[in-house]
Order: sequence, then structure tokens, then C-alpha cells
Amino acid sequence: MGSTAIEARELGKRYTLGLSRRGYGTLREALVEAARRPLRRNGGGPKGDVLWALKDLSMTIENGEVVGLIGHNGAGKSTLLKILSRITEPSTGYADVRGRVGSLLEVGTGFHPELTGRENIFLNGAILGMRKAEIRTRFDEIVEFAEIERFLDTPVKRYSSGMSVRLAFAVAAHLEPEIMLVDEVLAVGDAAFQRKSLGKMNEVAKEGRTVVFVSHNLAIIQALCTRGILLERGEVVTDAPIDDAINSYLRTLESAASADLLERTDRDTRAYDETLVRRLEIHNPGGAPNVVVAGAPATISVDVTEQLLGMDCQLTIANSLGQPVCTLDSKVSAPVDVRNRELGPRIECEIGELPLLPGRYRIDVLVMAKNQIQDGLQAATFFDVEPGLIGERPTAGASSEGNVMLPHAWRLPE
Amino acid sequence: MLRPMEPPVETIRLQPTRGFSRVLAPRELWRYRDLAGQIALRDITVRYRQTALGGAWAVLQPIGFMVVFSLIFGQVAGVSSNGLPYPLFSLAALVPWTFFANALLLGSDSLVSNSALVSKIYFPRIFMPAGVVAAGFVDLGISIVILLIIVFAWGFVPSVAILALPLLVAIAAAAAIGTAAALSAINVRYRDVRYVVPFGIQMWLFVTPVVYASSALDEPWRTLSAINPMVGVVEGFRWATLGTGNAPWDLIGVSAAAALLIFAAGLAYFDRVERAFADFV
Repeated sequence: MGSTAIEARELGKRYTLGLSRRGYGTLREALVEAARRPLRRNGGGPKGDVLWALKDLSMTIENGEVVGLIGHNGAGKSTLLKILSRITEPSTGYADVRGRVGSLLEVGTGFHPELTGRENIFLNGAILGMRKAEIRTRFDEIVEFAEIERFLDTPVKRYSSGMSVRLAFAVAAHLEPEIMLVDEVLAVGDAAFQRKSLGKMNEVAKEGRTVVFVSHNLAIIQALCTRGILLERGEVVTDAPIDDAINSYLRTLESAASADLLERTDRDTRAYDETLVRRLEIHNPGGAPNVVVAGAPATISVDVTEQLLGMDCQLTIANSLGQPVCTLDSKVSAPVDVRNRELGPRIECEIGELPLLPGRYRIDVLVMAKNQIQDGLQAATFFDVEPGLIGERPTAGASSEGNVMLPHAWRLPE
Repeated sequence: MLRPMEPPVETIRLQPTRGFSRVLAPRELWRYRDLAGQIALRDITVRYRQTALGGAWAVLQPIGFMVVFSLIFGQVAGVSSNGLPYPLFSLAALVPWTFFANALLLGSDSLVSNSALVSKIYFPRIFMPAGVVAAGFVDLGISIVILLIIVFAWGFVPSVAILALPLLVAIAAAAAIGTAAALSAINVRYRDVRYVVPFGIQMWLFVTPVVYASSALDEPWRTLSAINPMVGVVEGFRWATLGTGNAPWDLIGVSAAAALLIFAAGLAYFDRVERAFADFV
């Protein structure tokens, strides 16, 4: 066997923005455009901006390497995976891919809700590139791994989401490609299944298969990968052992967070952009921004450009490795909530007693209105938690497992 | 562990391509043959699942039209059916027509309704519209059997001409795949197709001799009209299943040539635009 699995040389991918960034063009647009074209002699060319999702990207991945692709939203990770899995063609350059490529996909892609579990295993296996005979030999293993024996002949639309996730993962995990591409799928299912999936990924990696991995969960990447490639605006900025790559990513995250949020370009690609997050910070009452004391009251304030009716906000606090600690969601309402339009284009979230242990955290934000995602930013801000008292108990002596301490009290027999 | 079917390790170069190079590569199609089978199987299984009447719909649709057409065109308007009982005359045409119309309707939407797959996985995209057409063969088979039963019950006996049916079905399928492939590809860019297709099928029905006989046209026009491939198919079906009249080989010949042309042009267009599907769907 040769030693190179993937060799990319000066790969580039160009998208033309404007015409169909959101939704799709209509025939009318195209006709209007065609009618206009002869009138626009000079400065013609395609309407809309050209965006290079990947630019002159070169890299070599050896057989058996487990590589993590990291970077902001829009850095080109998914585009690169799409090219490697042949979903889309590069605009420039080339990539040589040696061996069969398998993709671990989002939950249930390729499932048909009307088909039974059994039928879907065959369909999904074929979609992922398995031969029928192969699926037949591995059928029992797949069923066992997914833990769905009893529901094999039930249509998948009656499955709980947990069951479909398990089935999807089981089929994909039993595929035996030389190269495996994984895009943000492990963050699904219940904790036990996540552990099982991780174990399976580890096994795959140890078998000497080549794996290219994309995830926002740096802890998972760190645990599985040996090498990290950091992408920024479609280019490789760091290609190093995984720990170094992650550190350099964390540095870029922090430098981005300190800037005016309106200047950030790595926003949620699904967003509608009618209102944008301008500033986000957390502070103790009257305290400095982004330094808070454990156990003290804290307020997270989100300034947006536009006050929209029925606006909602979802804040996810994650630790320094990107593992979510908790999510605060204004959609889930409680009697203590106050909807106050006098506040202006701002949303505030008050926390009575911040239960976080000392350390560095970040906040991801998602603003919603009119049933649409309006804006989304990862790592909108970083903040430090200083030692304090949680439930009158000092955080200083707390063990290092986990990120929170719950107010609690001990009782011992006399 | 035993792995009986380990394929040889191949290197594939991914690079910008031009012209006709992707879907019409027989090796690619062969490599993904199991997927083609699974997609057709899925389309067949799913088509009537959770419908009360199931596969009966394959037959009810043409028979329903037969009843309506017989009343309106046969009785009220008195359209000539060349001396044949009008219900048989129209049913023999409606059977292949329903196959064709359904293939266009479902086929043109096949890429968009499977957009989750198209934007996430590589496979020869032509399987989507082609799979829909292939799945239609099951319905067509059922309705041909019912048609023949009704023909016998009416006291007609098909002649050896019935052996021409596979050829006629092939013409209809070629025209359906070519048209559905092109429409599904345009649909990826312009969802207008969704609104145009049902309307277009209606129009197509009336330029095809389903409710009338093609002999209603005067001569250069009768033969010329067969550049609509369904003309040859429909008249061919009448001749082959009812066992009467002269063989319309002139119509079938012209229609076969037209179907081949549509097939080739549709696939060629599909092939040219296929590479951009994932960027638009």
C-alpha cells in the first residue's frame, strides 16, 4: 500500500454570492438578468460577489492519520470535506484521493421515514457506498450496535430521535472505507451512546484507517486526532500536532472576540441578518466586563442592531475547549422573565448566583425572531471566572472535574 | 475478519471538469449499481405506502380517466375512435400515458426532493430521475395486465403484435428519462419547474392522440406529429393490445427516433450541469 491517502495541491473553491445565497434563483431573475446583460457593456461579469471558500490549499495526509480540521465558521472546513467526498468540484487545483471515501453524515440523511429500519439499513448502506453483500454480512452487527432489534420492521418515522441517530451512526460506523470523513456528528444521542460512538471512532482510528474530522467540540478533536489543520479564510494557517493546532486556534478565537462584533465575518451561515449582535458581555453588577466572580450575581447583556418583535436569544456557555457547559434560552419562558421594550435593542440575562468554577469560558450566541435565526456567533466573548463562594462554599478547594459547582450541603451521621 | 468484497484501492483525482465527463461514464454507473437498485426499490416501496388502496392506484388512475373521457369525448363530443369501443380506445392510450406523465411529474422533482442527499453525498445523480422512471415500470406492468384482461372481457383478442409492447415501453421510457433528467436539473436552479410541469403535462396530453385518434390529422401532419414520441407509443399500444388496424410503423419509427434524441439531449444537458447541483440545491 502506498503511504499517501490524500494529496491536495492548490485547491480552490469559488462561490458567486448574491444570486442564490439564500434560497434559490427563479427563472424570472435569470430572464431579467439575461435581458439586462446586453445593456451592461462595460463592467459586465457575473452579478454578486465572488467568494473564495478555499484558496490555494495544499496538504498531504498519510495513510492511517487521524486529522482534525478546525477553524471558525466559514473558514472552509465543510467546503474541503465536500470536495474530498466528491459532492462538489474544486474550481482550481486538484486532490488525489486514494481508496474508498466514506462520510459520516448528519443524523438521518438518507433515511426515508416511510421505510422500515431494515429497509433503511440497506438503503443507507448503499448511499454510503456499501455493496449489498457487504451490508448483508454486517447486518447483525449494525442492528446490535444500534440497539433497535425490536423495531427492525417499524417505519423509521415512528422512531424516537435517539433511535434514528443510533441507527444512522451504526450504519456509517460499519462502513469500511479507506478514508473516513466525519462532519460534526458525534454531538448527538444520549451520553451513553456518545461514549459508544467515540469508542467506535477510536477503534476506527486505531485500525489504521485515515480519518478527517470536523467538529466544534475541541475536546473530542483533541481526544481522537493526532494532527490538526487550522483553516482561516480558506487557507491553511497551522498544520501541526493537535495540541499546537488547538492552541493556535484558541488564540485566534480570542483575538477575534476582542474586536467589535459587527466586524466578525464568521457568522452563522443560516442566519437571516435582520438584526446583528453588536456587543456581548458578562459582568457582575457594577463590575468590569468579562471578569466575574464565582457565586456572585452576573448579567449577560447582548446588544443588537435592531429591536425586532418577539426577539429571542440563546446563549451557550462553553469551556475553553469548546465543550458546552449550559445553554440559557429565552424561548423557554418563566414567570420571572420581563419583556421590556424600553430596554432598546438589547437583551439581558440575569444569573442569580453564577455556579461556574474558576477558569476561562466563552459564550456563543444565537438571536432568533420571526421563527428564523437572525444572527449567530460562536465565541462572541471570552470571560474569566475568579474564585468565590458558591452556596457559601469556597470554590478554591473544588476538584477539577467538570465546570460547575452546585450549591449544596452535607449531612454526616453524628 | 473475513472481507469477501474488498475492492482494489484506486486513486481518484478530484479536479475541475468540463464538458461531458461525469454521469455518462459507464464505470461510475457500474460502481454504484447497488445504489441504483436501492433507489428504485425505495421509490417502488414508498410510492403507495400508507395509502388505503395501495397498488390499486396504478390502475385506478387510468381507469378513472377512461370513464371520464368516455363520457365526455366518446358520448357527448362524439370523437371518432376508429370504430373501436371508446373506453378500450382511450384506456389503451391512457396506460402508457399515465406511466409517462407520472415519470415526468415525480422525476422532475426527484433531485429537489432528495436535496439532503444531493448536498451531502456523492453518487451519480442521474439515478434520481432514472430511479423514478424505473419504479414506474411496476405500475405500468400492473396496468398492462389489467388492460389486457379488460380487452379479453370485451371480446377482443390481441394478435402477435403484442410482442411490440416492450419496444413501445422502451420508447416511452427513453423519452421519459430524457425529459425528466433535463427538468430535474433545471428544477435545481429554478423552482419554477414545479409549477410548469403539471401544466405542461396537461398540454402534452392534448397534443397526444389519447382522447382522439391520430387519423384525425391529415397526412403530412399525422406522421409529423410523431416527433412527439408519445404519439407512436400511444397508437402503437392501441394496435398491439387491441389486435386491430394496421401497424402504425411510420409513427413508431418517427417516435423512436425522436425519443432517442430526447434521451441523448436530456442526459447531455444533465451531465453538463450536474457538477453544480450541490452548490445550488
